[in-house]
Amino acid sequence: MALRLSCPNCGSRPFTEFWFGGELRPLYREGMSPEEDYRRLWLPENAAGRQTERWFHHAGCRRWLTAERDTVTNEIHVVH
Amino acid sequence: MIGLLRKQVHLRTNDLKPHYDVVIIGGGGHGLAAAYYLARVHGVRDVAVLERSYIGAGGTGRNTTIVRSNYKTPETIAFYKKSHQMFLELGQELDYNMLVTPRGLLWLAHSDNQLRLQRERAALNQAFDVETVFLDAAGVREVCPQLDMTGGGGKHPILGAAWHPKGCITRHDAVVWGYAAASQRLGVHVHQGIEVTGISTEGGRCVGVTTTAGPIAAGVVMSAVGGYVSNVARMAKIRLPIITHPLQAYVTESYKPAFDRVVASADLHIYISQSARGEFLIGAEIDPYTSYANASTWPFIASASARAIDLLPFLAKLRILRAWTGACDMSPDYSPVMGTTELKNFYVSTGWGTWGFKAIPASGLSMAELLATGKVPALIAPFRADRFRDDRAISERASAGTH
Repeated sequence: MALRLSCPNCGSRPFTEFWFGGELRPLYREGMSPEEDYRRLWLPENAAGRQTERWFHHAGCRRWLTAERDTVTNEIHVVH
Repeated sequence: MIGLLRKQVHLRTNDLKPHYDVVIIGGGGHGLAAAYYLARVHGVRDVAVLERSYIGAGGTGRNTTIVRSNYKTPETIAFYKKSHQMFLELGQELDYNMLVTPRGLLWLAHSDNQLRLQRERAALNQAFDVETVFLDAAGVREVCPQLDMTGGGGKHPILGAAWHPKGCITRHDAVVWGYAAASQRLGVHVHQGIEVTGISTEGGRCVGVTTTAGPIAAGVVMSAVGGYVSNVARMAKIRLPIITHPLQAYVTESYKPAFDRVVASADLHIYISQSARGEFLIGAEIDPYTSYANASTWPFIASASARAIDLLPFLAKLRILRAWTGACDMSPDYSPVMGTTELKNFYVSTGWGTWGFKAIPASGLSMAELLATGKVPALIAPFRADRFRDDRAISERASAGTH
């Protein structure tokens, strides 16, 4: 079964309309040490379960969305 | 004759001991090979391999069985060259028929950019004594006359290719069974159906594991877990530079042997071979989002088939028999992650993404040396887990992105 995302602007659409932006990671903060920045950038959580992640609706509203998805079942809980 | 019909039992069952010198998590090719070389090369025989399912249930049983060494960086070419050589002698080494079948591998170019990249690949391979030559369109047609040189009526014209004549296909299950049986003959315990539920630490070092069958103490622990490695890393309270993507593949029904090449295209993200059973095997790139769900999807099969038919029009008449999906431990630079971790006495062999099967012998040999001696072998030193901290990525996306 192909994944579908419920875009808040465009409704339910197949994942092929979206680009996956990966898990949501902490943003760079002023004064972060190189070590903290390395861990933030290169060492993801890679959750097996609920993950907060980014998608870009390139074939629709062309906006970045944040979704909560279970990576084991692919069930999408929230898109905002 | 009777011998042929005799029931073949590949694995003995052993009673789980409360202590082993070495515990290896994950009974795929990488874990079993490390166990085998620990016993055979280093005389370390008090080794347990713990597999939560059946041996080879993960990537080793789900890959597309191609063995090649035409990579694009000096570090990886040296590593895969070693592994490729070991594969050719593996049947002899393990006394198990691996059905290694030389096919020759074509990496097609459909654009000026790919022509340049494939020329570069051939030159770089030759510099490291790996046989890869650049062929122009006429040369490609000679090596593989079934190809539609127009690439589906001019959509993806075939302009040239990097030709790797030593590329093989082999029997992936035999690699698992061969290593498991041979390591058992040397005294290694292979435990199926035992899941690791925790990593035990004491004073900042790893001292064993807890499992669904009780705790096991160990001198050193190695994770040879693929797509699910982040779960093991969480147990060890470390982080790894890994994300898990699904990779899909499928085969057609069996047809008579008629296609004796492996054809790959980086522009089309696809590769095609015919298995020993006569099935046409088609694989592609990873799914575009991370997931642990081993789901095969219609958009993938539809788009991969369209691209495959553009290259080999006769495939349009064949029927798809079965599809499957595996979880790939993708590293940021498409190169493996092998070696020590932030937890003392806890080692990893991961980041095998879509390029792990062909690496099994060399990875097993190298990890065994690391576990036995505590010293990182030069062959795998560049693949350390923390290489991104000091910007030492080994970019292999162009050559490992599909298979």
